[in-house]
Amino acid sequence: MTTDLAIEAVGLAKSYGSTSVLDHFDLRVPRGGVFALLGPNGAGKTTTVRILATLTRADAGRIRVAGHDVGTQRREVRRRISLTGQYAALDEAQTGEENLRMMGRLLHLAPRLARRRAAELLERFDLTDAGRRRVETYSGGMRRRLDLAAGLVGEPEIIFLDEPTTGLDPRSRAAMWEIVAELATGGRTVFLTTQYLDEADRLADRIAVVDGGRVVADGTAAQLKEQVGGRRLDVALAATAGPEAFATVVRRLGPRAVTADPARRTVGIATDGTAAHVRALLDEIDAGRDRVAHFDVHTTTLDDVFLALTARPAPAEVRPIATENPIATEKRSEHV
Amino acid sequence: MSELALAEATRRPAPRPAIVDAAADVTTMIGRSLRLSLRSVDGMITALALPIMLMLMFVYLFGGALRTGIAYVDYVVPGVLLVCAGFGAATTAVTVSSDLTTGVIDRFRSMDVSGAALITGHVVASVARNLVSTALVVAVALAIGFRPSAGVSGWLAAVGVLALFVLALSWLSATIGIIAGSPEAANGFTFFVSFLAYPSSAFVPIDTMPSWLRGFARDQPVNTVVETTRATLTGGPVGSVAWHAVLWSLGIIAASVSASGVLFNRRG
Ligand SMILES: Nc1ncnc2c1ncn2[C@@H]1O[C@H](COP(=O)(O)OP(=O)(O)OP(=O)(O)O)[C@@H](O)[C@H]1O
Ligand SMILES: [Mg+2]
Repeated sequence: MTTDLAIEAVGLAKSYGSTSVLDHFDLRVPRGGVFALLGPNGAGKTTTVRILATLTRADAGRIRVAGHDVGTQRREVRRRISLTGQYAALDEAQTGEENLRMMGRLLHLAPRLARRRAAELLERFDLTDAGRRRVETYSGGMRRRLDLAAGLVGEPEIIFLDEPTTGLDPRSRAAMWEIVAELATGGRTVFLTTQYLDEADRLADRIAVVDGGRVVADGTAAQLKEQVGGRRLDVALAATAGPEAFATVVRRLGPRAVTADPARRTVGIATDGTAAHVRALLDEIDAGRDRVAHFDVHTTTLDDVFLALTARPAPAEVRPIATENPIATEKRSEHV
Repeated sequence: MSELALAEATRRPAPRPAIVDAAADVTTMIGRSLRLSLRSVDGMITALALPIMLMLMFVYLFGGALRTGIAYVDYVVPGVLLVCAGFGAATTAVTVSSDLTTGVIDRFRSMDVSGAALITGHVVASVARNLVSTALVVAVALAIGFRPSAGVSGWLAAVGVLALFVLALSWLSATIGIIAGSPEAANGFTFFVSFLAYPSSAFVPIDTMPSWLRGFARDQPVNTVVETTRATLTGGPVGSVAWHAVLWSLGIIAASVSASGVLFNRRG
């Protein structure tokens, strides 16, 4: 029964009314380390986290979290997890210290222990001075830290963090990364969602890319990069090649074109980086040897993976939700 | 090092019986709601200033025009007490509803805190708020000439009936707060409760009302409580109306307690 999996979801489905949010969603999260669920706005990240953290019931699927069934053993699951949601879950009119102490009491710590735990967490998150002030006076970064601290009062086995760094400035973000990395020690599992590739790349031992309510890829950052080819060939067409020529090239490459920028007449293509493959690609694009102005081969970034997996003009039946969601599309274009 | 020891101590398999944990949660949530009440400036003004204004308005603006047999101030104070308490309790619908829109509720849920604990916290804070405001209104009433003839037992009976009714209304309001989609919608309930005071003997005797209204006015919960409070304070005959008042309150409490538990779990 106990496996080395912290989370296992098979065939998870969830819809709101006629809107399907998750469908055929499968996920296996190993015990220990940081797992990142990466996806654009509206991909279903929050919905997934809420289902895994017992707050929302799935319509279908078998889900085990910390070795217990989310549907029938809620209480057992809840005892072992904590959730820090996308939006701060704190009482604005209570002080930081009171909020933490309250969490301690709700976890049935003795009053003295709850007080000590609160003081310790405030210290750890650099909030000792702010601890006596009401949360309504906190900055966004302080609020986030306190929110995270509130999720740590009870020493959970699995820590869910929904977009822990959204809205933080670069310094607070770096500080949060350090904290998260530290959390995932001693067999604890951190399950976080993010829309930032660098965050997943930097923090996560394993990454699942979710788009349109499904896991479209998962593995280590290196494996994912491998999947779209270890490298990327960027080709810029000469100014003499018109827009039709560019369009033809892109069309001919089909799904192998990871990026395409008509304005600058550049196209990015996945490759293994060998001379033979690069030469073959160049010949394919430019048999007459007069169209390519210059090219460039570089290591694939997670950006490439993300774009290849989520933004490629896919056959309509594969991702109906993603293509209907204007926010998702809009957000995606920012990554380009 | 102490981090390790503490981590060991804060791991949470519950060795205590579930009922002890549940009681502890209720206590924690009562503390939370009381603290939040005390710190809500708007809430405190509504709870304290509004009842006093109502009292002054009824006694001075309407008092001259209304003839009720006894000094109007003596007649109207029980009614105003009830309107104030009822209004205060009804605002609990808004408090609960807006609380449920905050993210902290999700955290409570994921920590397995029961809806009952959360709601009990709100209800107890509501009763406390209203007992304080009732005491204040009584003080103001005494200052402007309210002269009840009741002895200690009369006062105790009046306070008991009122407190029970406030408890019932608070719980009902909390239930409404769970159902209401938004604090604005929940606010409608406050009006409904305040409205119930008019077709009752709170401000004018029931015999002055049209005959088709009298039956309803006599038997509805607000009236039974007003009449009981008035009778116990002014030393009139109490009679069976007191039982009606108590039964109404107990019935409302029973219905609300069971409904609120179910509704809270269904939400979200
Ligand atoms: N309670 C709900 N009722 C109806 N639709 C919902 C509800 N919750 C989520 N959705 C829809 O489900 C989809 C996925 O939402 P979700 O919040 O899980 O996305 P997300 O990946 O967390 O996005 P973001 O990055 O913006 O937080 C969205 O299209 C959203 O509109
Ligand atoms: Mg989200």
